[in-house]
Order: sequence, then C-alpha cells, then structure tokens
Amino acid sequence: MRLEPIANPSLARTILPPVIAIATTVVVASLLAMLAGANPFAVLGLILKGAFGSKFAVLETLNRATPLIFTGLSVAVAFRARLWNIGAEAQLYAGALITVVLGTGALPWGAGALLPTLVLAAMLAGAVVLLVPALLKVRFGVDEVVTTLLFNFIFLLFVSMLLEGPLKDPMGMGWPKSERLIAEARLPRMMEGLRLHWGFGLAIISAALVWVIQRRTTLGYEMRAVGLNRDAARFAGIAVNGVLIRTALLSGGLAALAGFSEVAGVKGSLTLDLSPGFGYTGIIVAMLALLNPLAVVAAALFVAGIFVGADSMSRAVGVPTYLADIMLATALLLMVLAILLTRFRVVRE
Amino acid sequence: MTGAEAAQVVLRLDRITKTFGKLVANDAVSLSLHRGEVIALLGENGAGKTTLMNILFGQYTADSGAVEVFGKALPPGNPRAALDAGVGMVHQHFTLADNMTVLENVALGTVPLWQPRLDPAAVRARITKLADDFRLAVDPEARVGTLTVGERQRVEILKALYREAKILILDEPTAVLTPQETDDLFATLRKAVALGLSIVFISHKLHEVMDISDRVVILRHGRLVAEMATRDTDRHALAAAMVGAEVNAPKVSPATPGAALLQLRDVSTPDQGNAPGLKRATLDLRAGQITGLAGVSGNGQAALADLIGGLTAPDAGQLDLDGVGLAQWSPRIAVQSGIARIPEDRHKTGTIADFTLTENAILESYHKPPMSRRGWMNWARAEAATQEIIERYDVRCPGPETRIRLLSGGNMQKLILGRVLEAAPRIILANQPVRGLDIGAVNYVHSQLLAARARGAAVLLISEDLDEIMALSDVIHVISEGRLSPEFARGSMTPAELGVWMAGHGFERDEVAHAS
Amino acid sequence: MDMLDILLSASFWAAAIRIASPLIFATLGELICERAGVLNLGIEGIMVAGAFAGWMAVYSGTGLWTGVMVAMVVGMAFGLIHSVLTVPFGLSQHVVGLGVTLLATSSTYYAYRLALPEVTSPPKITAFQPFEIPVLSDIPLIGPALFAQTPMTYLAFVLVAVVSVVLYRTPLGLALRAAGENPAAVAAQGLSVTGIRMGAVIVGSGFMAMGGAFLTMSAFDSFFFEMVNGRGWICIALVVFGAWKPGKALLGAVLFAAFDALQIRVQQTPLGADIPYQIFLMTPYVLSILALIVMSRRAEVPGALMVPFNKGER
Repeated sequence: MRLEPIANPSLARTILPPVIAIATTVVVASLLAMLAGANPFAVLGLILKGAFGSKFAVLETLNRATPLIFTGLSVAVAFRARLWNIGAEAQLYAGALITVVLGTGALPWGAGALLPTLVLAAMLAGAVVLLVPALLKVRFGVDEVVTTLLFNFIFLLFVSMLLEGPLKDPMGMGWPKSERLIAEARLPRMMEGLRLHWGFGLAIISAALVWVIQRRTTLGYEMRAVGLNRDAARFAGIAVNGVLIRTALLSGGLAALAGFSEVAGVKGSLTLDLSPGFGYTGIIVAMLALLNPLAVVAAALFVAGIFVGADSMSRAVGVPTYLADIMLATALLLMVLAILLTRFRVVRE
Repeated sequence: MTGAEAAQVVLRLDRITKTFGKLVANDAVSLSLHRGEVIALLGENGAGKTTLMNILFGQYTADSGAVEVFGKALPPGNPRAALDAGVGMVHQHFTLADNMTVLENVALGTVPLWQPRLDPAAVRARITKLADDFRLAVDPEARVGTLTVGERQRVEILKALYREAKILILDEPTAVLTPQETDDLFATLRKAVALGLSIVFISHKLHEVMDISDRVVILRHGRLVAEMATRDTDRHALAAAMVGAEVNAPKVSPATPGAALLQLRDVSTPDQGNAPGLKRATLDLRAGQITGLAGVSGNGQAALADLIGGLTAPDAGQLDLDGVGLAQWSPRIAVQSGIARIPEDRHKTGTIADFTLTENAILESYHKPPMSRRGWMNWARAEAATQEIIERYDVRCPGPETRIRLLSGGNMQKLILGRVLEAAPRIILANQPVRGLDIGAVNYVHSQLLAARARGAAVLLISEDLDEIMALSDVIHVISEGRLSPEFARGSMTPAELGVWMAGHGFERDEVAHAS
Repeated sequence: MDMLDILLSASFWAAAIRIASPLIFATLGELICERAGVLNLGIEGIMVAGAFAGWMAVYSGTGLWTGVMVAMVVGMAFGLIHSVLTVPFGLSQHVVGLGVTLLATSSTYYAYRLALPEVTSPPKITAFQPFEIPVLSDIPLIGPALFAQTPMTYLAFVLVAVVSVVLYRTPLGLALRAAGENPAAVAAQGLSVTGIRMGAVIVGSGFMAMGGAFLTMSAFDSFFFEMVNGRGWICIALVVFGAWKPGKALLGAVLFAAFDALQIRVQQTPLGADIPYQIFLMTPYVLSILALIVMSRRAEVPGALMVPFNKGER
C-alpha cells in the first residue's frame, strides 16, 4: 500500500472523508447505547437536546466550552510548532492557583485594576509551568511529551499540598478548598440575566488574537516554519530555540486562562476537582479544529455540547456518561485519518 | 563461456509501463539482458531508469508489461520474489542500518523470520569467502556507521552476492567514489562477470559507460530511444541520444580573478558524530572566480558549508570577510554580508514542503522591510516579489500560492536560486546544486552560476561529481577528512591525480613539506 | 525503623519487586514498539483496559491465567487500532497514541459501569497468591524478595529473558531492530516493514495490557478508577532510561520501584511524618523526569523512531 499526494482534490474528496468520520462516530455511539440497553435514537436525541435544546442547555454548553477554547488554543498554538504540550492541565491549575493567591484579598483593588492583573498573572504562571519542560527540551533534548505529562501529576499534588496547607480556607469545614475570591476578582456576566460570564468573551477574543498572530505576524510565520521543518527554519536563520520558548510562553499562558476563567467566572474558589480533564480535552479540541484557532471555537462548542448533552442524557436514561469520551476519542482517531484521505490517495502496490 | 551460454537471456523486460498520477515514468520499455553481459542503462535524471529497476526489483508494480527472470515470469511488486529469483540491487542511496554491524546488515532477511536461530559464525565465514572471491575487503564486525562511503558500497554489493544474485543492478554506483575506488569497483564487476553474473549498470556518466559496458540502452522521458553495442558508439553519440539534441553545456570563458572576498586561515571546527569537522583549513574565495571543492561525500563538505553558511563558527583559526574578522556569526549575518547559500538538500533544508512558494521565498527576508514591519507581515509585497522570482527564473508552477511540494525538483531549485540571487550576492555557496536535476535544469543552474561569476561574484561549488567540478571551476581544492588541499589551477591536474588527493594521500607529503 | 534497616529488610525488596512487576511488563511492551520504530502513547490506556479486562474475566468465572490471556488479547486489539493508523497510514504517532489512551480508558470505564452498575465499593476476586519456589526462597534476603512472589512476577522476569534472546539472537529480532533503525534496509531485503512494525506494536500492546492486569489480579484484587495513575507514562521514561535494552529496562524498573517502596516506608518514620504526603507521592514522577534528563544524550535512540516509512516516496 502506498500514499500518493493529490494535486487538486475534488470537492467530494474534501467533504466526504470527514463526513464519514462523523457518521461512523455516531454509529459507534449508537451501538454502545444499544449495548447499554437504550434506544440509540433516543440517546442521540437526548444528547442533542441536552446540548442545544433549550436556553439553559445552550448557556451550559457555552460555559462548558469556555475553558475548552482556552486549552484548545493552547494546544493548537503549541502543536503548530510541533511542541507537544500535553501539560495544559498543570498550566490550567497554575492559572487557577495564582488567581486564588492574589484574588482572595491580597490585592485590595477595584475590579478595573484587579481583573486585568489577574489575567496577566495567570498567563505568567502558566507560561512558567510550561517553560520548564520547554527549556529541558531545548537545552537537553528531553522529549516534552513525557515531561509535560508527568508535570500534570506533580503539579496537581503540589496544589493539593497547598490546599491542605497554607491556602486552606479556615471556614471551609476541613475540606481542602481555598478561600473565596473577593467580589472585585469575579468575572462579571456578559449580559444581565444571562448565566454566561465574561470568560467566554475573553475566550473568543483570545481566539481572534491567536488567529491574527498566526497569520499576520512574523512570530506566527516563525512558529509555522519551525513546526513544519525545523532544519529548514534553522538554515534560513530563524532562531528556532527562541521561537519554541516564545511558543511555550504563549501556549502555557492560554491554558492558564482556562483556570483563571473557571475560578473567577464559575466557581469562585479553588478545589481539586476544578478541572475534569479540560487540559486533555483541549488536545481533542485542537486536533478536531486542525490547529486552526478560529475552528477551535467551533470544535470547543462541539465537544462541550457532547459532554453537556451526555450528562443530561445520562440523567434521563442511565447510559454512562463515558459514552461522550468514547465518541470523542473515536471522532479524533477517525478525523485524523479522514484528513489524510482528503489529501492523499491510497494506491495498491 | 560457450556461444549458447552467452546467448542465454537471463532477464527480459517486456513493454513495462508505469505512471505516477500524470507523470509517465516508463512508457512500454522492453529490454533483454544476456548471460555475462554488462548493460549500461543511460539517461538523464528523471528519464525513468531508477523507476524501471524498482519495478524489476519489486518495489513498484508496473501498470502493464511483464518481467521474466531466467525464463520464468516474476510476480510483480514482490521484492522477496525478485531476490529469490537471483536479482540483486545496489541502491543509489544505501539501504543500510548504521547502528548495526556489517554481518547483521548482510544477514537481515536471509533466514525466515520464524526460525529461532541466527548462526553468526556461518554468516561470517560466508561473508569472508565472498569478500575474497570478489575483492571486496570488509570487516564483518564493523558498525556500518563507522565505514567510509566506498566501504558501505562494498557491503551493499556483498548483500546481493550473499543472496546468490545472478543479476546485479547497480544504480549510479560511482556518484560517491574516488577515481581509484571506481577502478576497484569495475575490477569487482569484471570478476563477477567472469564468475557468471550479468550486470545492469545505471549511470549518466558517459566515460564510465564506455569503459565498463558491452551494450548501452538509452532512456529519455520514460521511453527507450536507442540501443547499441558499446563498441559501435562514442560519447558524443551517447550524449546526443540521451538528450535528443546537441548538448549545449554553458561555455566557460577564462576569467580574471579579483580580490579575496572570503578567507579561511587555519580554521578548525569540531566533528559532528561521523562527519568530520574542518582541520586547519585555508581557503580564498576570490571575486569573479569559481572555486570547486572536490571530494568523496562525508569528508567535511558539510562542515565547510555550515561554516560559510553561518550555522557554525570556527573553533580555531580565522574567518575573514573583505579582510576583516567577524565578531559575530549566524545565518542572518552571513546573508546580510552578501553570502548566498544554496543548500545541499532542497527537501530537507532548502524548502518547507507544505509552505507556499511565497512563504518559501521569504524564508531569509521575512523579518525585515519590505516583507514585514515591526513584526507585522506584508503578504501582498511578499507575493509580488515571489511572482517576480517565478517569472525571472522560469519557475513552472500554478502560482505563488501553490504548496511547494507539488513542484518538480528542478523548479524547486530554481525558486531557491531566485530567492538567494535576487539580493545580488557577492559570494555564492552552491552545495550540490544540480543533484537529481534533469539536464535542462542542470544547464540552467550552471549558467546562473557562470553569470554570477561574470558579474564579479565569488562562487564556491561543492560537488561529488568530479566532472562538474572540473568543467566549471577556475581553481580546485580537494577535501579529505576535513583537510583542504592546496589550490590547483584549472587544467593543472588530471582526474586521477585529484583522485589521489580525494583518497587522502598527498596530504601527508603536504604536511611534511609545511613542517620542514 | 531507620534507613539502613529498611534497605536491608527482605520485605522491602519483596515490595520493590512487586511494585516493579507491572512496570516490567509495560516497559518491555513499549520497548518492543519503539525498537521497531513506533512510539506507543496508548500505553496508559492499554494498561487500564488490561487491568479491567483480566479482572472482569476472572470475576465472570474464568481461571486466573485465562484472565491474563484475555487482558493480553484486549491489549493487542488496541495495538491493532494504533498500528493500523500509524504504520500503513503514517499518521502522527503522538496524536494516535493519545487518542488510543482516551479510547481505551473511556471504553473501560463504560464497560465497568455497564457490567457493575450498582456497586459502591469495588468487588474482589481471588487474585494470584505468592508462590514460594522451594530451596531458592530460603536464601537470606534474596530468597523472600525474589522467589516468594506471585506467578505473574516470575512471568515478567522470564519475559525479560525471552525478549532479550529474541531481539539479539533471532532473525525476527534482527528484522525488528532494523525496522527501527532504517526501514529502507528491511524493505530492500524483501521483508515487510508494515508487517514487522504492526506486529511489534500489537505484541507490545499485549505486554502492556498484562502489566495492567497485574495490578488487578496480583498486586490488588479489584479494579478501581485511577488505578494506573500515570504508570504508563513512567514506563515511557523507563524505556529511555534503559537505553532501549531489556536488561537495563528491568534494572530501571526495579530501581524506580525501590524508590517508590522507600517513600512509602519513610512516610512512617518520624522524619517522614513532618513532610506532607504529597511530596512523597510526587517522587516517582520527579524521578522519571530526572531519569530522562540524565539519559538525554540520545546516542542509542533507534534511528527511525517515529519516522513513518513511505514505500517508494518520490
């Protein structure tokens, strides 16, 4: 079997494989639903309804999509430069941590000064967390996949240690929980009466900014060059290590904003269950979006919808919520294959 | 060999046709090989020689046509069947695992995978016997990564002989050899023929074809255009048949060299794994002159190219531009100082395959005006500049927004040329600039280099092809294990004499002479 | 108990060997994949799947060794998914690996919830019991440590020897190593790179699943979520630490497990009581990163690791 590049793919060839990938995912989900003894159409219908079927559902989906946009952007930025940032989870918690450290009264400022400060501090914290594996890669050639992964475990334990120690809320009845943020540190609602906080707005703005950086700035050009062919970039004079470091700073900062957004917009304090794996899900979002920052928003909405819908469906008919994860993993694997098939044809040899 | 034996057809290719997308690589090619015969398969780059042999060897399947080995049909697309039938191939790019020993490389695949044991002693004994019979000195326990290019080729040949190949195919085997190593190879081939093997020898080097072959088969644009006995022809006829017209190599008129624009004085750089660094190299690149660097691949050419290209700095010694030493050195500073670099491998370091032509064209200039201003890209300007390059350098492509991976090698090289020549550089570093290109592109690149020379640029031409070096250079240095020979003026050395230096001899006399 | 007492006690080393066992299986599995040129990031998920599959088989009534086989087959199935996407199609080994980990983990949790919907605490099976090898287990210190383990641990050690022999003395091992060094060399000798690489990933994934099964059928006797807890990622570091050689990988696994066993015991000392337990839990992961830094001179990396082989690429 051999793969041959296609010079001018037809419209059918560009549309068909991804459509078949999605369709197959739906079929797999249906089979699994039947295995659980439920009616597949009912299951899929409930997922859709739970995701977008009411004002409440849509808001829930948008809220759930917010941290996914941030982590999705973080991973997309990093992967474009072939910097395999699997540590978005740790970077997220870094952002949440710094939000709580500074936002529970240490800085007695008004919201106008406090919120931007928290944003910057969170980005800095996330950048620093990714900087360590990035430097290890650049200086010692240590593969960043494993180091960023292991860092997730290390950092979570670190946060746990702080939450049971210095950051523990004295009024928390013994639970490992931080103090609550002061009112000025909370992200306001985007519109009166809507249960949607400004974290979502910030996420959309971030997506737009990342898009501008990638398409219109020299940094974006350098990141793409380094990601596609490091040797050619180096030969041409691009400072590859510097680009990787700058990419790491941006990527880490974006993931940290997810943590900031969840704490300041939703929870109001930090607990260990702040993130049900947003950092890892961000990888799926980024891949489904083909690393395009604007598509990340759409992919995040899609993924969030599946999770929110699956939660609601599970409450209704009892099919385990892990169905959502299976669907996403299947969609991811089939989608990367589908994308390949839009650009290459399989030739029997 | 009796007349009957000699006439036996050991290999027959019958109307082989193969297309890749829209490209017709082989068009109904038929040829026969007789026992004990040496056929030269001649043609320029892209004529379809390697494709044809890959089909024979089973790495591709022909669209139509058949292959017969010793009278029996060969199942297509099955390298195993080809090997079992007695076909052995010595590839142009060696198929060896550097981290494994010679013995392991030769034994690979020769015992069925389900068998539990590999008998190293038996393998070793057989290798030693074959090495003696065919005059291929090699150490079975050596790690392939430590061998020279010539030694690696011997391992490739041994692999085929170990599998009892009766038909030996060699794909451009002399591209990386010194003249003496070429003589040794031909001695081995003659020995093989005497022992009953038949040979297909792929080459584009006419004097070698005349030397070793009994018959010549010429391919052009995928079609077999001529077939003749070697004794009935000569180099000019072959060249004409290869290209289909009179070959018009650019004429090299004598030149008057100017000042030294770039100078190396006793420069040394560190080794990089198996690739040697420079060892006290001294070199002058003069304006209006082409300096050729001859040498077997892997002898320090990369170190010199990386140095002049700005990727490394000297550990010891001096690198001067216009007589002035350099405080800092980097690829960008090199470009800024007027050095144009044509990299050795256009796929690996010269271009980014999935970038558009525009994005590739600005790789060295994107960071300053007019391509960008304070971090902000000006794509309109970039595209316009690329369009100019496309027109001026005859880059055949659908447009500047095409992905460069869709272009042919020759057009990619033209874009690279345009990218570096547009800045009117004073020094040009051309590293294997015509490797893998068809004759039209080769002549184009050479004429561009000669035009630059006429304009007063200093050109450093690094090439494994001694013919190219001797045709174009005003002065020649030989590089061996990182050491540079003294300068030889055009016409003062024969290929054999240069070959002596390429093999590393001559440097000792030189060092002794310097010491005394 | 002070440090020296701990290090000289047989029970410490017995614990170290026991902790090392799942790591040995999984590290061997990853080593086989990487030696052939494929990075398998599905290891974490495959261990989870193996842990559940083996346990579930026994819970449903099969024998223990049948359970191990079931786990192995499940692992091989995920290995098949991984290798189809990464070998003939040449898709990104990073992305496919992470996708397989997610798929394996989520299908496992889904299956668990379907099979045991109403349990609050995980049900138990009768796991492998320690089997004392006569005579050998009476040797002081080494005896109880090495020769009073469960049968699966013995299997792990045997597999290290088997993989070593196959890799270095058989034609198959030669072909596998060559596929990881230069697949073009393999193809030129008439062998199928695709077949060899896919075979390696499938077999390696089977080993990984057995490593997971050890957790539920030998170390413990029930399956619970978050049980693998990053061991798969640690094994990837251990492959690098062991320079892709089975013997060294075994040593690395035991060394690592010894540190892990040590931190558990130190926690109980007076000194240990003052340090937050999270620091102790961090040590395995920190050690893995240090191991990677130490081995960062990568002269022994298989030459074609993570490079897909495109037959006749023009």
